[in-house]
Amino acid sequence: MAQTIIDTANHIAGYAAKAARAKVVAVYPITPQTTVVEKIAEFVDSGKMDAEYICVESEHSAMVACIAAASAGVRTFTATSAHGLALMHEALHWAAGSRLPIVMVVVNRAMGAPWSIWPDFSDSLSQRDTGWIQFYCADNQEVFDTVIQAYKLCEDEQVFLPAMICLEGFILSHTYMPVKLPNQEEIDAFLPPYKSGWILDVNNPYSHSNLVSPEWYMEFRYMIHEAMENAKKLIPQIDKAYGKHFGFEYGGLIEKYKCDDADLVLLSMGTIGGEAKLTVEKLRKEGLKVGSARVRVFRPFPVEEIRKLAAETQMIATIDRHVSFGMEGFLATEVKASVFHEKDSPLVAGFVAGLGGRDVTAQTIEKIAEKSLKWLRMGKVEKETEWVDLRE
Amino acid sequence: MMGNTLKPRKEMPLTPLSAPTFGSMGKTGSWRTFRPQVDYSKCTRCTICWIYCPDAAIKRREDDSPEIDYDYCKGCGICANECPVKAITMHREEQ
Repeated sequence: MAQTIIDTANHIAGYAAKAARAKVVAVYPITPQTTVVEKIAEFVDSGKMDAEYICVESEHSAMVACIAAASAGVRTFTATSAHGLALMHEALHWAAGSRLPIVMVVVNRAMGAPWSIWPDFSDSLSQRDTGWIQFYCADNQEVFDTVIQAYKLCEDEQVFLPAMICLEGFILSHTYMPVKLPNQEEIDAFLPPYKSGWILDVNNPYSHSNLVSPEWYMEFRYMIHEAMENAKKLIPQIDKAYGKHFGFEYGGLIEKYKCDDADLVLLSMGTIGGEAKLTVEKLRKEGLKVGSARVRVFRPFPVEEIRKLAAETQMIATIDRHVSFGMEGFLATEVKASVFHEKDSPLVAGFVAGLGGRDVTAQTIEKIAEKSLKWLRMGKVEKETEWVDLRE
Repeated sequence: MMGNTLKPRKEMPLTPLSAPTFGSMGKTGSWRTFRPQVDYSKCTRCTICWIYCPDAAIKRREDDSPEIDYDYCKGCGICANECPVKAITMHREEQ
């Protein structure tokens, strides 16, 4: 029976791993991810989840154990955060390069130094180029739904890539919200057992991802790139099919809110995209044509969707919970790169906000919108990157 | 599995797959500068050289004595270094 429960995004991630019937879970706890792995441990220990639960000595080992299990043809799950994810970095390349559909929940937490346990996207966005598909969620229901969707996507033979499902620490990880859990039979029908392209088999021994000479390497890398492009086509289809079955749909690659006639679109990721809807509501009441768009999938980057958005609006203000030191937030960079060749490309202003868990409220976003609208009236972005709420 | 002939991309597997084969890089013994030689009168059949050989180029005979496969021995000298009774010595290959 489908049921609605009230729980934290971390526990919901555990429910999703169980619903997806992950068979190997290799994990190492780290704040604020810990309750994900505690929930799964509880499920496995009580016999509610039939999985091998591997306690490893580090995140690097967790990822390597997942790589080994996935290579043996098994559906795998793991979860981490911040420095744990950074420690996995080398193995992340191996997972993607070996074309293994591992699904990992990343509870976003700012990177030290200085130490922080609060959220921003500096951990997962530092993994941008590893070949992992990246989803960013705005609420607990989306966390559950995206984990299921991610397995469906990653295990498609046109993709065969790993995915990380990112959710902001504390804002989602420890916040209780109602979530509808579909019944298991329906999930099983939507997500049949994993059939891998190859498995490690002692009776038919071979190794994969061995040394290749320069005559071969580029083609393998191109195939990863192609798989990302395939994922870009499949994500909206899977999202739609999921919506039809279970009632929740997220716009595929990008969720738009009142963008149709908007002069200004506030573009963000994660929970800021949820909060921005409140700002849009308020400004619309004041007669200002403002919309919000939330990039749900950062890799593959929805270039075409951004171009469509750009053609329909006069200005895009990106809100990055991230900065690449010496440049700007990645969202700003990717948006500008996407619209560079477009005729009449809109003004683009980049805002860096909410680093290390600083609150980004509807009021914060309103300040961003007001400044952007001022620049739009002037026809010129006065400051390419603005750090929001930064003390002098 | 990749072989030596280049394949079009569409015919390639998603990752390089290597089936176990004997000496896929050819006879690597030709890389050798120093050649290990076993003095069987000193050898105690302890098999340490056989355990340590990183290229599995030492075979273990029925009587536990070593037999170096010079087709694949690269001459690293680990066997000579590890031999507790100095029964293996390294000699420069003749030109």
